[in-house]
Amino acid sequence: MSSERSDPASTPLMPLTMATVGQRVIFVRADGGCGLTHRLAEMGLTRGEELEVMNRGPGPYIVSVRGGRLVLGRGMVHRILVYPT
Amino acid sequence: MADGRQITVALAGNPNSGKSTIFNAITGGRQHVGNYPGVTVEKKTGRAVHNGAELQVVDLPGTYSLTAYSIEEVIARNSILDEKPDVVIDIVDSSNLERNLYLATQVMELGAPLLLAFNKSDLAEARGMAIDVEKLSRLLGVPIVRTVGHKGAGIRELLDAALAVAADPASASARQNLPHYGRELDPEVSKLAEMVPQNCRRAGRDRWVAVKLLENDAEAIKRLRAIMPADEFEKLLAAAAHSRRHVESVCGDSAEIILADRRYGFISGACQESVRSGVEARHALSDRIDAVVTSGVFGLPLFVLLMLLVFQFTFSLGGWLTGQLDAAKELLSAGVSGLWPAGADSPLRSLLADGIIEGVGTVLSFVPMIFLLFLAISVLEDSGYMARAAFIVDRFMHKIGLHGKSFIPMLIGFGCNVPGILATRTLESRRDRLTTMLILPLMSCSARLPIYVLILGAFFPRRAAFSVFGLAEVSNQALWLLGIYLTGILLAGAAARLLRGTILRGEAGSFVMELPPYRMPTLRGVLVHTWQRGWMFLRKAGTVILAAVIVLWALTTWPKPDEEHTRRFDAQRLAAESGLPAGSVQAEQTLRAVDAARREAELEHSAIGRIGRAIQPVMAPCGFDWKISTALIAALPAKEVFVAQMGVLHAVGAGRRADQPLTARLRAAYSPLQGISIMLFCLVSLPCIPTLAATWQESGSWKWALVQVAGLTALAWLIATAVYQIGSLVVS
Repeated sequence: MSSERSDPASTPLMPLTMATVGQRVIFVRADGGCGLTHRLAEMGLTRGEELEVMNRGPGPYIVSVRGGRLVLGRGMVHRILVYPT
Repeated sequence: MADGRQITVALAGNPNSGKSTIFNAITGGRQHVGNYPGVTVEKKTGRAVHNGAELQVVDLPGTYSLTAYSIEEVIARNSILDEKPDVVIDIVDSSNLERNLYLATQVMELGAPLLLAFNKSDLAEARGMAIDVEKLSRLLGVPIVRTVGHKGAGIRELLDAALAVAADPASASARQNLPHYGRELDPEVSKLAEMVPQNCRRAGRDRWVAVKLLENDAEAIKRLRAIMPADEFEKLLAAAAHSRRHVESVCGDSAEIILADRRYGFISGACQESVRSGVEARHALSDRIDAVVTSGVFGLPLFVLLMLLVFQFTFSLGGWLTGQLDAAKELLSAGVSGLWPAGADSPLRSLLADGIIEGVGTVLSFVPMIFLLFLAISVLEDSGYMARAAFIVDRFMHKIGLHGKSFIPMLIGFGCNVPGILATRTLESRRDRLTTMLILPLMSCSARLPIYVLILGAFFPRRAAFSVFGLAEVSNQALWLLGIYLTGILLAGAAARLLRGTILRGEAGSFVMELPPYRMPTLRGVLVHTWQRGWMFLRKAGTVILAAVIVLWALTTWPKPDEEHTRRFDAQRLAAESGLPAGSVQAEQTLRAVDAARREAELEHSAIGRIGRAIQPVMAPCGFDWKISTALIAALPAKEVFVAQMGVLHAVGAGRRADQPLTARLRAAYSPLQGISIMLFCLVSLPCIPTLAATWQESGSWKWALVQVAGLTALAWLIATAVYQIGSLVVS
């Protein structure tokens, strides 16, 4: 992973499940309806916001966003799209 | 001494922001907990007097925002809209500033006069955060006071500031700097705001309505529909839809997402100017602890260990205390009984000694165990561990269609099902909430423990099974108990899957949970939380059970057997008294036996005995006779009553001193297989009436309580029957 910010336009999106522990990624969006993206946005996960993966279980993930820690259920982590920094 | 000024204050804030602590600090003990009309959300209000003014304080539900996603958010929002408090204090967790300020922006959008309490400022400092409060206050246009809630620091200054805002709310609101939404959205907001009816225009409310329309907020739309003439409303709705489409095509995301984004942009900007983070808080102590606590290797074992400790603590210390209370109850019962001459047949004496003291006393003797369990849970919750526990169990919960958040109500259910059901409020999705509620009674509550103890004592005498590291001995009884509890848990899992596959089909709600940093629980906080839950159990004992015990007592006392019966037993008594030396041990025992046999006959003759006999054919496949069936019915109001009733039915009388003879009687009357069948039936069946009432209340409909009763009873019958029938085949 290059330490410089990659050009967003050319970096492929990946689901959060592909991120490793300790990796910092940029949130893009969450696929799937039911207001998921909105709820995440309200919890601080907005487009372009950086998050760090603190822990990835076989189940939910713990991520660090805006100085706080969030637990994201497994159903969500599959649907969250990010790109690496 | 109040000078007549009356101020209304609303407290808002994220969960975990320390709002409750500040509410308690402001109102002291002067609080009242009620319900918002029509819903089961708690309404906490309190009073305080400060600098001569009287403050009415409302503690709004803790929320992350004021969108209409959850009922708490709707309630919080409507409280501000309808009750128009003179000042809204938003309690902000300073160590988690940006996310906490999101709610603040929403309160500002409502046009409410806002005061910010930057709570946990000690934590923020410890993390190396330097917040220029004056600058931030200027940027937001909102007064800010630093507080450290759990130390009570800053409360006085907070109330001073609150009074200042409340003195002129309109100016306070006008001074607030609302977020700009960007050049795509701002014009749309303005356009829609102009179409908003006159009666919504005060204090920036028109802009708020416009924003809600843009967000397609169902609640706001509903309220508008009610106050606007139909054609104007349709026009407004159409304009809103048009704006939404426009925004989506230009920005690529739906309007509500952009709006959330812009609010955070505003917050970020303000924070960048006024907050300096010292050393990155990235490897704070909490994270280091979490690296172990939530790790794949240590997480689960640590969790299991903690749960074992909790239960060990509850059962051993609690069990001992329960024994003490039981003995006290005996004394009281004997004392009251002694007020009447021996052999007297007084209904009042019977009601008091055998009914009320026995019934309610048994229930109250469980108070220690329940409070200890809730104490342990409060410590785990207040320290922040519970959130980690939910994280750890989530992957197992997921297999049965629930999530980690359901774990906490279930854990509480082991103490008493009633507060467990109430705790399901924290689950946002209605389907999750209902599923958890319906299976909760399978978490074997402490009321059933005496039943297991009785049966195990009768059929599986205590023997050491094996020892752990040569330190502690695990008895066979302990293993049986563990087995029963585990059966309950496994059945709960199966039931959840079944429900999810049939009547509660659908996607599991999304699991997003904030992980608060660890903190040291305060003694006061823990005690308050313990009390809040334990109180529910006490209230149940004081009201429902008391009423039910009286009804039950009536059903067991009447109809009385005829004259012939009375004469016969009186004659027996006389024979015993005259035939044996007065006061001798033998005389006492014989008299007691005569009295007990008489009571057994009376019970058989009574209403409840008849009901027991009537349902006997249905219960026969489970291996139950009419006595067991009768005791089960008697245990409807509260399971604890089962043991007492069995005592009466086997002519031993109630009470702990009767335990030995009762277990002997049971061993003589029934087989171990029947004992197992009874335990299983009690584990699964017929949740007690207070539990049903709680389910009815929380689910909002009697139908769900009915599903719970019918489902669990049917399941209990099936399992007991299966075990008994198959067991009989195997044994013979």
